[in-house]
Amino acid sequence: WEACVHSNEAKAEGRAELIPSIKLRHCCLLRNQRCLTAYLYDRLLRMRALRWEYGSVLPANVRFHMCAEEVQWFSQYKKSLASFMRSLGGGEGLDLTQDMKPPKSLYIEVRCLKDHGEFEIDDGTVILLKKNSQHFLPRWKCEQLIRQGVLEHVVS
Amino acid sequence: MDTQSYLPVEPGVGMEENFLSLDDILLSHERLPIRTECRFPRLGYLERSTDAQDIPEGTKMELPLWLSKGLYEKKRRVLSVELPKVYREGWRTVFNADPNVVDLHKMGPYYYGLGSQMLHFDSPENPEIAQTLLQTFVGRFRRNMDSSQNAYNEDTSALVERLDSTCTLK
Repeated sequence: WEACVHSNEAKAEGRAELIPSIKLRHCCLLRNQRCLTAYLYDRLLRMRALRWEYGSVLPANVRFHMCAEEVQWFSQYKKSLASFMRSLGGGEGLDLTQDMKPPKSLYIEVRCLKDHGEFEIDDGTVILLKKNSQHFLPRWKCEQLIRQGVLEHVVS
Repeated sequence: MDTQSYLPVEPGVGMEENFLSLDDILLSHERLPIRTECRFPRLGYLERSTDAQDIPEGTKMELPLWLSKGLYEKKRRVLSVELPKVYREGWRTVFNADPNVVDLHKMGPYYYGLGSQMLHFDSPENPEIAQTLLQTFVGRFRRNMDSSQNAYNEDTSALVERLDSTCTLK
């Protein structure tokens, strides 16, 4: 639009020879706009992937790198996803972020890759997740920790 | 991000580019030899070889694809684009003879993508270029599919090196 305005001015003042240069400058502006938009959009796609991989609470070092608008976008995306998941399964809700790959068994053997402190499972037992310790745990409790890189599924 | 949840914008198909695709943006950064058909006043500073204030008509320069596409007009008042070597008669014969022989990564990593974009510039050889692009892909396809399906635990870097970026996207 800007290019049109400048071109019209150029034509009006009889300086139509400037039009190619104006067009070139305009192409450069459009290029910058394209690169910036694509960069921001790619960031958005990665944040969306974070919700599916890490869960709804992002680690502090990730949040540090997000700008205010991105944080706002993320919380709105979380809300949309949550209300969608609640509407499935006949009013009971279904957590889509679990079991992203078809599960093979109910309990799995996991090894701890880093110290993560205490971890409580459904029947009340508390497990201490220390580096290199191995445990036999229910799959659905471990899934998120596996994705975060804290636990590793041991295939024997 | 390697996870299945990150779905970046894929490159466009054929002559279209996807505005938000990072691959297409990188592709359109490739430089093309062009010849100016009109004067560009006050832009002399872009052309380092002379100290003129303007870019005169008939200058031979290299411009990136995005700029060439933006400035190109059908009536040819502004630019004329020369075909890069790989898409000319000589190389086309090579490709038609045996597509599997060529190291496509060395020929510029975006052989198929750039070739498709070159079709925007109304060269008289367009139908032949399009035909060669298609036949080359078809010719190389079988070997690429074979290697990708049967590459369990082997070092495929030697193979992948000779592919252009479209094929490297697994």
